[in-house]
Parts: sequence; C-alpha cells; structure tokens
Amino acid sequence: MSGNSTISTARKLDIERLRSEFPILQTTVYGKPLVYLDNAATTQKPASVIKVMNDYYTEYNSNIHRGVHYLSQKATAEYEIVRKKVQNFINAKHLHEVIFTRGTTESINLVASCFGRKFLKEGDSVMITAMEHHSNIVPWQMACEEHGAKLKVIPINDKGELLMDEFEQLLDETVKLISVTYVSNTLGTVNPVKKIIEAAHKQGVAVLVDAAQAIQHIPVDVQELDADFVAFSGHKMYGPTGVGILYGKEEWLNQMPPYQGGGDMIKTVTFEKTTYNDLPLKFEAGTPSIAEGMGLGAAIDYMEHLGVHNIAEAEGQLFSYAIDALQEIDEIRFIGEATERAASISFLVGKAHPFDVGEILDKYGIAVRTGHHCTEPIMNFFGIPGTVRASLSFYNTTEEIDKLVTAVKKAVTMLS
Amino acid sequence: MTIKEQQDQIVEDFELFDDWMDKYEYIIQLGKELPLIDEKFKTDENLIKGCQSKVWLHADFKDGKLHFTANSDALITKGLVSMVIQVLSGQTPKDIADANIYFIDEIGLQSHLSPTRSNGLLSMLKQIKLYAVAYQAKSLQQ
Repeated sequence: MSGNSTISTARKLDIERLRSEFPILQTTVYGKPLVYLDNAATTQKPASVIKVMNDYYTEYNSNIHRGVHYLSQKATAEYEIVRKKVQNFINAKHLHEVIFTRGTTESINLVASCFGRKFLKEGDSVMITAMEHHSNIVPWQMACEEHGAKLKVIPINDKGELLMDEFEQLLDETVKLISVTYVSNTLGTVNPVKKIIEAAHKQGVAVLVDAAQAIQHIPVDVQELDADFVAFSGHKMYGPTGVGILYGKEEWLNQMPPYQGGGDMIKTVTFEKTTYNDLPLKFEAGTPSIAEGMGLGAAIDYMEHLGVHNIAEAEGQLFSYAIDALQEIDEIRFIGEATERAASISFLVGKAHPFDVGEILDKYGIAVRTGHHCTEPIMNFFGIPGTVRASLSFYNTTEEIDKLVTAVKKAVTMLS
Repeated sequence: MTIKEQQDQIVEDFELFDDWMDKYEYIIQLGKELPLIDEKFKTDENLIKGCQSKVWLHADFKDGKLHFTANSDALITKGLVSMVIQVLSGQTPKDIADANIYFIDEIGLQSHLSPTRSNGLLSMLKQIKLYAVAYQAKSLQQ
C-alpha cells in the first residue's frame, strides 16, 4: 500500500477475526456487549499496538537522540524507524518532512504559529471552510489577530458541501494559506482537497490538509495531493493518544522559524546565540512521546497489513448499510448529505434532543457522540443544538448497526 | 412536606423500578410535570451554564417562600430539573440554603448520568442555593 495511489482489487476483511484483535471490543457495558460507534473521537487499539508500547517500557525505555548507551540507541533507532514508516505510509518525498507532534491540534498550531510569523502580515488573509473543527479555526484566528490578517471562510450548502464557486471568488491575492479538512468530523463530507490545492497553487498559495478524519479511512498520498502541509493524529488511526504527525514540504519547513525552544531542536547554544537544528528536529523540542511513537508505528503496520483500500471498501459498504438502515426510522433527519461522504453520520430524530438520545443509547451499551462535535459554526449554520453522531470503523458490523437502529427507535418512543 | 420528606418520597418512588430504562421513563414522565417558566423569563440571565442541554430557571418569592419555574430543551434534563424543583420549591430561603441534598446519590443517579449531565445538575442546585442565600439576605434586611 504505502500511500501508493494505484487502486488494487479490494480484499474482503474477516471482520469477526479482526474484532478479536481488539481487547476492548470484547468488553461489556451495563452488562451489554459494547457497540462502539464513536470512532471519529478516537478508534480502539489492536493488541499489537498495546504490546509494542508495553515492550518499550519493559525492555528498552530510555531517552532518545542523545544517549551513548545501548538502550538509548535502540530506542532512537526504533523511534526513527517509525518516522520512516510514516514517510512510506503517506508517501512523503523526504524523511525529514515528517514531524512528530502531540496530535493534529498541535500540528495545526505549529503551522499557524510558524508560517504566520514568517509569511503573514497586515492585509493578508487565511482561508478555512465553514465545516472546520475548532482546532482548525481557533489557531488561525489567533495567528490572524497577531499579524493583522483576515480570516476568510468558504461557505457550505444545505447538504454540507463546500461552495466551490464561492471558493474561487474568495481566492484573491491577499490569501497566503488555505487550511481545509479532508473529511468533516461532523458531516462526514469528503472535500475536494485536490481541486482546492490545484487552484491554490496556481496563485502560489500554500494548503494545509487536516487529515485527522481521513487518514484512517482513505489512502492519503501527500505527493499525489501535492499538499503543502498535512496534519493527523495517531489515536484516530488505531494508535495511541499523545502522538501525531505534521507533514510539511521541505521548502516551507526550511523557511519557517522553529515552534518551541528546548532540547533536540538546537545545534549549539550559547547565551549570545543559539543555532537551530536541521529538519525534522528543528520542530521537535523536548522529549517526545516515545512509547506513543512506537505505538503509532505498530498502528501503521496494522493498517498496512489490512490494506487501506480494503479498510475503505469495508467501511464504504458498512456506511451504505447504516444510511439505509437509519432511513427506516420515522422523522430521522441527517445533518450532512454530501455526495462524497465517509465514516461519520450525524442525525436528529423528530424533536428529541441529541443529548437525551445519546444517554439512552449509552444504556444499551452503544457509544455515540452527542453535541456540537467541536464544530459550533456548523450547528449555527443548521440552526440546531447538536447532533447524534455515529462514526464507523471497519471493525463495526451490520449487527451493531441494527442494534443502533433498534435503540434509536426505543429512545424516540421514550422521548415522545 | 419538608425538603427531607420530599427527598425520601422520591427515593421511595425510585425503589419501585429495578431497570434503569424504567427509571429513565419515570424521569421523562416527571419532566412533563415541571412547572414551566414563563416565556418572558427564558432569558440569558436565567440560563444555567454547565449543561450540554439548556436549562432556564426562574425564582419567585411569595409569602416568605421561594417558588421555582423552569424549562429545558432536553427531556431527561427536564425530568431532573422537575425532581429538584419538587424537592426545593415552596420552601423558605433559609431551609433551601441549609438543605442537605442526598436524593440524587441515594437513587444512584450520579453514577448513571453522564458526567456532563450530573455537572449540569450540580450547577442547577448551586444556582438554586444562590437564589436562596440572596433572598435570605434580602429578607433579613427588611
């Protein structure tokens, strides 16, 4: 796979066997088997990821990039192998274009801060979309405020799709960077990021792709997309929390000032003058999340073992099944009906408050998310207090979807 | 009934149900008995913060006693609000301010409600106690 864009014939995944590799999926809540449909918030972890993290702490825990001793060398080597795995997974041109961060939020903040300091000035603008997660809104508001730049927002239609005509209108010479989500965490919309990047590059504008909700569902090839920056988190792709990735093109990363000061990011330090390290360490101040990094490596191994295309195929089928099954519920209203969608299904039923529905589903052992999903502007656009969101992973089953439908029906009866 | 008697009554009512689904149905039913807040009082000042759902609460002081009306956009929340009001409405500010609220723990609500919901419940109780303390101070001045 390795981010290779050639479409292979999908292999059917043996879901029952794969489920047995996730210890948490064997548990019960309130005496009922767990039905985990909150994968957009975080995915569950296979035993191989948990084992790698445990192995690190039991066998070679030590600080990396600085020790002369055996453990440190081993840990450093293993950690750097993960960087290589990430490079292959997203098909980055250079190894040093892969920066370890704490997660998508930190990756975006890094670019907003460092790109902003170097390239944003009064009168400039940054463009985002109306369906961004707060993590892809607030860092840009902060950067714009700091540099006197303006924030432009690409609007959406009632189906939850970007208005591409409006996008072209907004793309004037003031725009320095566009930051756009690949897949919406609330609406499930898959955005035409490649088109956006092409249009932006005609005017020399950089594009950051928030791939937090894409990397676990669809193959992401940074060179094929020609993205300038790509951000994603380990914990949404079967890996641990506390580790994420910022991919950045070498030419941008080299021009940007460092993010934080500290260990690892320096070459030499004197009180008069510090020189900064080369990529990627220039952006990696301080001891990183080492065990989590190892876990991310194992998660990538796991996904490559299954094949990202196979995951996409299985999830696509389950998604269609879920939409059809949910449609049977009286008065259901989907929030987000884009033609291109993946994984997340947001809905409301009749007058029932999403919070009430979620709480009753919980008692049936069904984990969904309720609320605004860190996308308050979307809720304001649709004029709703929140939604119930079921978000899928390949390890979910049609039986689980049936349980969801039954429980939603029951909740609606109770709440009417 | 005193605040204690009201609480004991609720605890007793809940003992009738074994299943948590039945308890939820009962809570939702109680929501329908909530003395509703007048639309003109559904203002931002009367909105209680700390809830995923919205709760508006209004207090009336009459004949030395506090009377509460409220509403919520979520039914389970409405039921919880209804229980709290059943316990505390029509009592004196002093009794409310001094009240030890134990029925929530006794019926096991705390452990069954989602944390956001029980935080909301706690902020509502806090708000009611603040009203009580304020009216207590006011009546002492008079």
